[in-house]
Amino acid sequence: MDFATLLQILDSTLRLSAPLILACLAGLFSERAGILDIGLEGKMLVAAFASGAVAYTTGSVWIGLLAAIGASMALSAIHGVASITFRGNQLISGVALNFLAAGMTVLIAQSWFGQGGRTPSLFGGARFEPVTLPFAESLADVPILGPIYADLLSGHSILVYVALLTVPLTWWVLFRTRFGLRLRAVGENPAAVDTAGVSVVGLRYASVAIAGLLCGIAGSYLSTGLQAGFVKDMTAGRGYIALAALIFAKWRPWYALGACLLFGLLQALALRYQNLDIFGIPLPTQIMDAAPYILTVVILAGFVGKAIPPRAGGEPYVKER
Amino acid sequence: MTQTAPAAEAAADAPPAIELRGISKSFGPVQANKDISLNIRRGTIHGIIGENGAGKSTLMSILYGFYKADRGEILIGGKPVDIPDSQAAIRAGIGMVFQHFKLVENFSVLENVVLGAEQGGLLRPSLARARTLLTQLAAEYELNVDPDAKIENLGVGMQQRVEILKALYRQADILILDEPTGVLTPAEADHLFRILRGLRDEGKTIILITHKLREIMEVTDTVSVMRRGEMTGTVKTSETSPQDLAERMVGREVLLRVDKAPATPGETVLDVKNLRVVDDKGVERLRGVSLNVRAGEILGIAGVAGNGQSEILDVLGGTCTATGTVLMNGEEIDLSGKHSDGRSRRRRGIAHVPEDRQRLGLIMDFHAWENTGFGYHDDPAYGSGILMDNAALREDTAGKMERFDVRPPNPALAAKNFSGGNQQKIVLAREIERNPDLLLVGQPTRGVDIGAIEFIHQRIVELRDAGKAIILVSVELEEILALSDRIAVIFDGRIMGERLPEETNERELGLLMAGIDHAPDDRPDWQVVEEQLKSKRGEVN
Amino acid sequence: MDVMPRWADVILVPVISIILAFAISGLVILGIGENPWDALTTMVSGALGSTYGWGYTLYYATNFIFTGLCVAVAFHARLFNIGGEGQAALGGLGVALVCLAVPWPHWALALPAAILGGALFGAFWAAIPAWAQAWRGSHIVITTIMFNFIAAALLNYLLVNTLKPQGSMDPATARFPEGAHLPTLAEMLNPIGIPFSGAGPANVSFVIALLACLLVWVLIWRTRLGYEIRAYGHSEPAAVYAGISPRKIIMLTMMISGALAGLMAINNVMGEAERLVLNSVEGAGFIGIAVALMGRSHPLGVLLAAILFGFLYQGGAELALFTSIPRELIVVIQALVILFTGALDNMVRMPIEALFLRARDRRAAKASAEPPAGPEAKTEPAAR
Repeated sequence: MDFATLLQILDSTLRLSAPLILACLAGLFSERAGILDIGLEGKMLVAAFASGAVAYTTGSVWIGLLAAIGASMALSAIHGVASITFRGNQLISGVALNFLAAGMTVLIAQSWFGQGGRTPSLFGGARFEPVTLPFAESLADVPILGPIYADLLSGHSILVYVALLTVPLTWWVLFRTRFGLRLRAVGENPAAVDTAGVSVVGLRYASVAIAGLLCGIAGSYLSTGLQAGFVKDMTAGRGYIALAALIFAKWRPWYALGACLLFGLLQALALRYQNLDIFGIPLPTQIMDAAPYILTVVILAGFVGKAIPPRAGGEPYVKER
Repeated sequence: MTQTAPAAEAAADAPPAIELRGISKSFGPVQANKDISLNIRRGTIHGIIGENGAGKSTLMSILYGFYKADRGEILIGGKPVDIPDSQAAIRAGIGMVFQHFKLVENFSVLENVVLGAEQGGLLRPSLARARTLLTQLAAEYELNVDPDAKIENLGVGMQQRVEILKALYRQADILILDEPTGVLTPAEADHLFRILRGLRDEGKTIILITHKLREIMEVTDTVSVMRRGEMTGTVKTSETSPQDLAERMVGREVLLRVDKAPATPGETVLDVKNLRVVDDKGVERLRGVSLNVRAGEILGIAGVAGNGQSEILDVLGGTCTATGTVLMNGEEIDLSGKHSDGRSRRRRGIAHVPEDRQRLGLIMDFHAWENTGFGYHDDPAYGSGILMDNAALREDTAGKMERFDVRPPNPALAAKNFSGGNQQKIVLAREIERNPDLLLVGQPTRGVDIGAIEFIHQRIVELRDAGKAIILVSVELEEILALSDRIAVIFDGRIMGERLPEETNERELGLLMAGIDHAPDDRPDWQVVEEQLKSKRGEVN
Repeated sequence: MDVMPRWADVILVPVISIILAFAISGLVILGIGENPWDALTTMVSGALGSTYGWGYTLYYATNFIFTGLCVAVAFHARLFNIGGEGQAALGGLGVALVCLAVPWPHWALALPAAILGGALFGAFWAAIPAWAQAWRGSHIVITTIMFNFIAAALLNYLLVNTLKPQGSMDPATARFPEGAHLPTLAEMLNPIGIPFSGAGPANVSFVIALLACLLVWVLIWRTRLGYEIRAYGHSEPAAVYAGISPRKIIMLTMMISGALAGLMAINNVMGEAERLVLNSVEGAGFIGIAVALMGRSHPLGVLLAAILFGFLYQGGAELALFTSIPRELIVVIQALVILFTGALDNMVRMPIEALFLRARDRRAAKASAEPPAGPEAKTEPAAR
């Protein structure tokens, strides 16, 4: 494998990791506040559709992005009403929302565009174009570092950079702000937060809303950055991979970045090589597909350190004396 | 006995710190509070005493904004206030220390104190400011806690201090403590009372909710008694007596003594040697416990909750693994292998009335008849092969309900629909009628109404008289003293000593429960305990 | 006392939830510019109006009975098995291997063997997440989700690389031998004089599914194991107190659950396709969740809910054929049913409970001349 190939693989790793990072951090906000979210997949899917459809109709990718965030947050709102206000089962709610997204996107796409559940292809201002970082062209000739900067780091959609910046931002919010302290507390012991005079419901809705926002951006990137338009089921399990990454990262932001880059790399390799030889052992592409899930099961079974989730996760808060 | 505080005299003309007017609250058909009116003067310690379920906690939850009263008015410092949530209660200057602490286990003391009362959006300045204030408060009220310690590494006494600090940090003028001594040793409780007196002398108003007469007599200035959701009277503590309060609590004279003949113990049924239990956090819960029980004898285990008595029941009942040797009728039982489960124990003639009957002893959503088979569901009398004979179970339950006076005697009713006393009778009937060689009983009368207490005590004594061995665990010293033929005191996973009930008293047992087995010197109990606590803290950190 | 009478809990609440789910589905149809009433009549006539329709409706219902029972059994132990999809896929593999291994002379011999194969493979696929939960404490929901994806990758690999007959381009196994052909309902009913369309794929598996309902009912409410499963589901610490091993219950419950999902393969793989194709389960595992929730984890409820979803599936296919409403409408209805009967249960329940409470207060007020309930009444509410 030469240097250029390596760069290409890493470049596509970055592109494929971006939606995973955003969705994973979405899950992190939600689950750190004690609301399990297996509806990441569904939220990304509605966002991808809303973004594609609106960007096509208006010709503006930015209005598309807003629509994506709106659609994703609408699902978040349903999740919030079910699991916070009505104290329903958060897992069941997540499952329901994933199906709702899978069905509704095709239904609306069909009745809107009549192309079998897809949006027409996007081009021009309806897509996020690659951004060239400053001096990328002039530095391209510097050996090693030049190509890394110009080919690997530069030239991605703006949302890839947003995803990368969200990691330190998430860390800062969680561990350096009042909101973060309260959010972590509500995921560990909501009664402590409640008796301290802070609204458990308010905090949890806020966290679920943030999850909606981030999934919205992730979905929008899928249909307007990574690809040019929405197709049926285009999230293809990315929400679940993000969920796996969240567990892999033990609910911590920097680890989440690492996990998502790893899973992104697996996807990039599976895309590039149908059959990969590692030390003479042929690895079929299906192994690549299944690897994130297998790794997560291994982590969950505690073979590589124990993953301890937030203590109040999945438990609706009921006041007790 | 405490004198009325000077601050209270000075404030006699001032409006009361808290005034309640006609507070009523119902939950569905159940009226938890009926038309309650109350005045509490500033700078006093006011006790509210009543049996379990008398409505004390509901009343305080209304004060702290957890529930909204159906009717009535709350006045703080003479001004009517509306308390829809905890936030409003905190603004009104009310702080609350709950029975079950409301702390975030994996946060530091500092983070817990600051939570909800941060200054500004950034964390660091808030924490720095809190650290300064905490040091001041600690010096002022003897509330020393390491601000950077994680809550999960602190003992319960320390955690309680954090709760008090939380309230003080929020500048509470009125401090409500709900059953604060349930998890404390008598001496730790004494230290708490000293803190409370100090707070009172600074002009704070303190409400102490408890069902223990001793505490009321020791620390309060005034006391209100609640019974069945009603306030039956408020008196000055100096003008009342424990007997008077007890009668007001239950509405009739109470029998604190149990009628029982002297025990005639037979052969040793259970012989425990060097029992050790390590919990999943790696903490040693039992550090070499040895004891024995003979046929026809009740061995009481006294101790503050959390010192290992539950683990003794768990190991003997088969729900927890251990090392050591346990001989049951001379034969060794399996403590950690394939036969260390409840089923094997039952086969060996050990029956177990668990401490927490609602969580362990019963399936609350199951019918009474299904609960009668609980733990014995593989009994051939309840079915054949893999099938269960539900009709046989129902019939058996009806008989048990009649013999144990369970009301209502309806086997089809779900366990959750019985009162605490009747739930306990269902469990007792199931375990006692198995005619076990050894009965383990944990907290037999917790949350049980007075009438049922007598019945339950009688049944336990009857089983003893039938020549069975009994181990009784209770946090109520009175119950231990009244029922036991022999008392073992447990502290920090060790048996501190054994005493005969007729040769000991609450004070001696109390000191043993605090881990002090030598004759106390001139220092007051609390000082001895404080030192113990300090040395223990050093061990943990 | 319970706030509501039993009939309200068991029938009224779910029925209202389902009505809400369907009302919103109607609005969705309106929203995409179609007429909900026309859609409904199309579905009814297409799915129930002929024995041809019934042949499909019952075929789908058979799948959903198996997957619904799979989820329901696990629910009784308070285990949320989202892995029905993967377990049914593995069941398909088991059935295919059994059917291809022997040149079966008659279906009556092949069927028991296939049942065994499907059940074993399904149970195996559920046993791994069960083991991970019972011994390693990992969350069964997450692991079963992961195992769905792993199953998909595994079958994909096997069908593309090993099971595909030589020279075939199609990622599928060879066709099963003639002797493994299961009689369809038409083949069973026509000889005894009942006319039934031969086009529908409903087959003898439907009878097996009904039998499975009965057996699950016996298991849950009439056996010692069922008693232990329910006790464990209500309270793990109490189960341990009673000497019930959580590990045993988790393993057995999940394996029974997985076996039921695996059994689905005798219907779709052996009864219909007669070979194993890619993605043979087609989401039936997930519909099991909706079916179990709607049927309140009771076999009779599961049966009724499965038939309703069978109707929706067949009706949805007819809709896609004759109108411009895509089949995905069914996915939306399925989502709404899960949402309302599962996650938003309290939204329906709370107002109804309030109504019953008010009615009772009114009765109590009328009877207030009589003395109150007496010492048995609890003075403080139990924490919920």
